[in-house]
Amino acid sequence: MSAPIQLRPDETFLLNVGPQHPATHGVLRVKMQMDGEYIVKAETVLGYVHRMHEKMGENRTYAQYLPNLSRLDYLGALGYTHGHVLAIERAAGIEVPERAEYIRAITVELNRVASHLFWFGAFVMDLGGFSPLMYAIQDREHILDMLEAVTGARLTYCYYRFGGLYNDVDDDFIEAAKRFIPRMRKSLKKYDALVTGNIIFQKRLEDIAPVSAEMCRKYGATGPVARGSGINFDVRKNEPYSVYPEFDFEVPVYHECDSMARYKVRMDEMEQSLRIIEQGLEKLPGGPIMTEKKPKNIKLPVGDFYQAVETARGSFGIRIVSDGDKNAYRLKLRSPTYSNMHLFDEACEGMLIMDALAFMGSLDLVIPEMDR
Amino acid sequence: MSLTVLNVIAAVVIAIAFAAANAAYLVWAERRGAARIQRRPGPNINGPFGLLQPPIDGIKLMTKQLMIPGGADKILFMVAPVLAMAPAIMSFVTIPFSEGIVARNMDIGVLMIFAFASLGAMAILFAGWGSRNKYSVMASVRAVSQNVSYEIPMLITAITVIMVNGSMDLKAISLAQAGGFWHWNIFPSLQSPLMPVSFIIFFICSLAETNRAPFDLGEAESELVAGFHTEYGSMGFGLFFMGEYANIVIGASLTTLLFLGGWGCPFGLFPGVWWFLLKIYLLIATFIWIRWTFPRTTIYGLLNLSWKILIPISLFNLLLTAGLLKVF
Amino acid sequence: MILETTQQALQALFAGAVPANEAEAGAPRDNGVILRDYQKHGYHLDAQVAANQLLAAVTILDQGGFFIESITGVDWIKENQMEVIYDFSRYDFDPCRVVIRTRVPRDTPVVPTISTIYAGANWHERETHDFFGIKFEGHPHLVPLLLPEDADFHPLLKDFKA
Repeated sequence: MSAPIQLRPDETFLLNVGPQHPATHGVLRVKMQMDGEYIVKAETVLGYVHRMHEKMGENRTYAQYLPNLSRLDYLGALGYTHGHVLAIERAAGIEVPERAEYIRAITVELNRVASHLFWFGAFVMDLGGFSPLMYAIQDREHILDMLEAVTGARLTYCYYRFGGLYNDVDDDFIEAAKRFIPRMRKSLKKYDALVTGNIIFQKRLEDIAPVSAEMCRKYGATGPVARGSGINFDVRKNEPYSVYPEFDFEVPVYHECDSMARYKVRMDEMEQSLRIIEQGLEKLPGGPIMTEKKPKNIKLPVGDFYQAVETARGSFGIRIVSDGDKNAYRLKLRSPTYSNMHLFDEACEGMLIMDALAFMGSLDLVIPEMDR
Repeated sequence: MSLTVLNVIAAVVIAIAFAAANAAYLVWAERRGAARIQRRPGPNINGPFGLLQPPIDGIKLMTKQLMIPGGADKILFMVAPVLAMAPAIMSFVTIPFSEGIVARNMDIGVLMIFAFASLGAMAILFAGWGSRNKYSVMASVRAVSQNVSYEIPMLITAITVIMVNGSMDLKAISLAQAGGFWHWNIFPSLQSPLMPVSFIIFFICSLAETNRAPFDLGEAESELVAGFHTEYGSMGFGLFFMGEYANIVIGASLTTLLFLGGWGCPFGLFPGVWWFLLKIYLLIATFIWIRWTFPRTTIYGLLNLSWKILIPISLFNLLLTAGLLKVF
Repeated sequence: MILETTQQALQALFAGAVPANEAEAGAPRDNGVILRDYQKHGYHLDAQVAANQLLAAVTILDQGGFFIESITGVDWIKENQMEVIYDFSRYDFDPCRVVIRTRVPRDTPVVPTISTIYAGANWHERETHDFFGIKFEGHPHLVPLLLPEDADFHPLLKDFKA
């Protein structure tokens, strides 16, 4: 839509977007060299909520570190804790009861829907439509209530344990989840009619902010950002973990590479998550939720272990370098939005500021997760 | 001190009171309406249905300190909010609420309102430039280009109506549509078959002229923080706010007078001010409804709409009407 | 499939005999390519290269269609060495995670930048520089990213005292 323009680098000014700005949804700062409304050059400045989680990983035992993971991404925290417990279980060779893995998958997917819902509302608000946020929050509220009942928390969950779960789900949860699925499907149809079909919305997203597949590869973009650029990559499918191979679901991929494609990927993903939840509830086996063969103080063997999981924002990786102690020698968190945001600087050159901020919204940023 | 001068002073006082009351209670209506759309209660604590909220908000705004950012152009910064409010009040002077209720009816009423409306762009420009904030400057440049582009189709459409009715006097235009809704200008006539299109263009333009969503690019709070009034607080902001709502009332009044038969009843019964008020508040409700359901357009989409679609159509409409007026 | 070709390409960087598995590698291990047990470690190929072989190794991965996952460091204070770890993976249903590591002396931790090959390495290298003080030679903008602009400390060093 935006016609190619002649940038005049001699008549530019510096615009400081953030760290307090409504569009950044957190304390992100972008220094933009502007030519009128066009961005000549952008430089992202991170670190305003940097808390050095990786150092804490070295100082705390593996179990003490559990709550830290949910402080990374406050919208989709379960995915991150899942990655952590899977990494420890892989390295220490702990078997997890099947029921626990099913419940993990169900709760992670619920959390993914909640995260995408909030993103949907906030994204439409970035584009100036206020009302969908309220609808999305209402649906999200049901999920949070359900998760609160089993995990005891609404945002910063610490539900998974090495070798299982802290708490079994009860019939109320299963009932509530079963009731939620058709209601959410109806809501998704409503969002489609209310937002996706809106002509202004389409005009603002279609052909805006193209991110090529090659660019995704060079920057290591994953998750919906990569899938909106025609890359069929979802850790749940490509490197199956947990009980995901048991589920029948699809990975939505769009080839348009624009903001609309990223939007559609997330909207379709909610439907796929609902399918996983549905199947999970159906197949949910009985049995224990905690393994019995688990040492009290977990010590990992000497070595270097990596675990990747698909969170709501993309591929989250956790690398643990162990020297055989009860703390990690080095613990690295590979955050998906960090890589996704990195391509913003290059991609937004020559873009209008309003398109660029809509593009930023389509990346689904959670700043604490990026800064760690 | 003649009686006319006193008359005018009384009229201006009443106009200010009307504008202020409208601004206050339209904010309330907007918040309640938005809440209804968004499934939440909205302001409902102070007074019945939250009706005491607007005066409380007003007191809060008035008791706040007026901050002038360092390095701002003080004169422009102070003048801008006044300039946003004053023309809106002046426009009320010439709006006939019914045949008898008009402060000062003028032969050139339409022209006068447009003349005052174009001052609003100056207020935005002053505010944006005076506050020494890059976001404000960008927003004010946007808002001014938007106002200028939408004034043109709006005026051309108004000229079409003026040609059909043969007068620039708002009272005369309204009287020409009296006696049943089939006389209203919104419906096509032999002289001007494209009147419904004119009405839509005029309505879109009045949305854009008042900087309302989906054309609120001058504010665009998710991009430009709060647009041209980013740096304003207390009553400076309050005046902008009142000016915005006063402009909405004027836009709705003008649409009603030009297209919807003014104070005439749809069936020719009991014409009077109540019909006028009913019509403008219905239009304002539509304004609110649109604001809370649509996302914001882009600046180029907005200017394209004006220059590439609305202006050609309204020009064609003008020519067609002029031609047909010669024939019939 | 891609695993074998990448392994061969990386192995070609090393002349002569290189350890083929974990047992042969010894501790601290010699440079070379090892196949790892994916179930246990979570990645397939583990290549340790010398700092001057790094660009060649990364170019092989770039041509193989890998994307960059992350870059990080490890401070091996006992061995007086600093390790830089590069993670690569592929957008593929034939998963192949490759880890490239290089070890440099702890007192002069300098490795060439790979941001010329992978633009996305830029932030990862800045972050590693923040935390470990590892210098990435040729990096276009090696200033603190996550730490404050004037930070002159490297918190993930093992001898860092807050």
